Amino acid sequence: MEQVIANGLYLGAQYALIALGLTLIFGLMNVLNFAHGQMYVLGGFITYAIYGQLGLPFPVAVVASGISLAVIGGLMERYLFRTVIRRSHREESTMLLAAATAFFFDAVILLIFGEKQRGVPKIVKGVFNDFGVIMPYDRIVVAVLAALMILGFILFMKYSRTGRAMRALAQDRVAAQLMGIKVDRYTMIGFALGAMLAGVVGGLLVSITGVNSGIGGPISVKAFLMIMIGGAGVVGGAIAGGFILGMMESVGLTVLREYGDVTYLVIFAALMIFLAIRPNGLMGKPWG
Amino acid sequence: MNRTLRLLGVAAFLVAVFVVVPLLISVTGRKDVYYTLTSVALLSIASAGVWLTFYIGRINMGQGAFALMGAYVTAVLVNHYGVAFWWTLPAAGLFCAVASLLIGLPILRLRGVYFAMVSLVLTEVTRLLALALPVTEGAKGITNIPLPGAISLFGLTIVPDFATLENPRIAFYYLAATLMVLCFAGMYRLVHSRIGHICMSLQQNEELASSIGVNIVHLRLIAFAISSFLGGISGATFAAVTQSVYPSSFTVTDSVNFMLNCFLGGLGYVFGPMLGTLTLYFGWNLLFQTGEFQLLIYSSLMIILMLVLPNGLLSLGEGRRKG
Repeated sequence: MEQVIANGLYLGAQYALIALGLTLIFGLMNVLNFAHGQMYVLGGFITYAIYGQLGLPFPVAVVASGISLAVIGGLMERYLFRTVIRRSHREESTMLLAAATAFFFDAVILLIFGEKQRGVPKIVKGVFNDFGVIMPYDRIVVAVLAALMILGFILFMKYSRTGRAMRALAQDRVAAQLMGIKVDRYTMIGFALGAMLAGVVGGLLVSITGVNSGIGGPISVKAFLMIMIGGAGVVGGAIAGGFILGMMESVGLTVLREYGDVTYLVIFAALMIFLAIRPNGLMGKPWG
Repeated sequence: MNRTLRLLGVAAFLVAVFVVVPLLISVTGRKDVYYTLTSVALLSIASAGVWLTFYIGRINMGQGAFALMGAYVTAVLVNHYGVAFWWTLPAAGLFCAVASLLIGLPILRLRGVYFAMVSLVLTEVTRLLALALPVTEGAKGITNIPLPGAISLFGLTIVPDFATLENPRIAFYYLAATLMVLCFAGMYRLVHSRIGHICMSLQQNEELASSIGVNIVHLRLIAFAISSFLGGISGATFAAVTQSVYPSSFTVTDSVNFMLNCFLGGLGYVFGPMLGTLTLYFGWNLLFQTGEFQLLIYSSLMIILMLVLPNGLLSLGEGRRKG
């Protein structure tokens, strides 16, 4: 039982971090970023290249992943999404753009890094074994780092000037603009920040699960699940959703093991029932 | 004048689909194009369904689920119960329509991305169910589905037995094209009817529509059921064409592609899904020659297209008319 909870917490921490980036972008622009999983993969491969191949220290590699993804995200917002939002009659058009960029990233990743599963040397060796819990130290390190980053992100959104501006934007775009917030600039920063989070998680997790070019899509779907559980566009919701999904996966894999590979079937079914009762997730705002 | 023009356009389209294309193919001898065109026709039927849900303001990424259901209904009925394909085709459509009513009742309350994501999840649920249920035979799927038999009325053979034909692909092409024409004629009629106009009001503001006495629950269920019916028909015919169905026959990627077809053609135009499907499917196949760069070029073109024509290919004609 302790093992299940520990696994759930570990999964939850990394999931929550993935969901945060997605929900930030959604909250600011109403864009469902299909390419989120691909950004994660890209971050993973950048860390793989810098840490695994060039041999530079792991933190440098993760920071490099974050920075490059932030730049990519900023450019995407500035030159792709902003243009399409301005020219299109319907908001949903950004979904096609997002899907197209997801394909584009898939193609680029496949061309540059190939289709092989890539891993890097462990960052910390050894296994923690106490209190009935067995967990490799590197997983603990990653989970703690993820938790710290979540905390940092919350504090940033709550107290920094940029964070406040972005929260105002998410709440009411027009009102924020009237209060003198530079809407374009903060939207771009928000998108870059969301992309950066995806890149950093990818970089962190490459040291544990490795990375391959095909996992972008499934990661995106999981991230969608999390923000649906918690409520789209809400920071707290994304964190809650991440931890809930992590727990459900961990518990499901243990409890439902004898029935075969049905964990996700059960999770999906439960989610559909849940959303039928609470259409906006745990803490989402009503969406029109 | 306008009316005659439109009639001429329809006639030209019908002639092109049923006469010119087969002629061209027999002249050039590229019989493989039949299969491609059959796929385009069937996929555009499913996309038309997605388009209808867009029309009531829902982003539908669940069409893959209904296509898969339809395919399995046909496969199971034909292979396990020996029902004729022609009966299973409407059965598949109706099964999907009923299923969509049951599923739609709760989830159609959702809007925006929530509906989009739930429908995406629905696609995944259906795939996992197909893997888990005994009747669908798991990952190995149902194969060796017999070709459709003959239809005869009063001893007169209307449709020959596909198995006796020299090239069943041509027959499937005619079948798919007929279905597509029927589907789009129906859609055109629906959109330009009273219900179509009310659907438009759902797209813009459901509360307002509801406040002036439109039964929105009723209407969006109908639209979703029609959409799923089309998905089921398309999937069932696909199963007959490929003579097999697997849990991976229709996946999340297909659901997303149906949606992209609608976007590309233009959400404001009934025939958008058809044009979008044709463009995307042919574009993808043409780029096959570029090998490893296929996906890169394809996605870059899509991004560029989106930047230049964010309202779909058909908005090109509109701009000219205005200007």
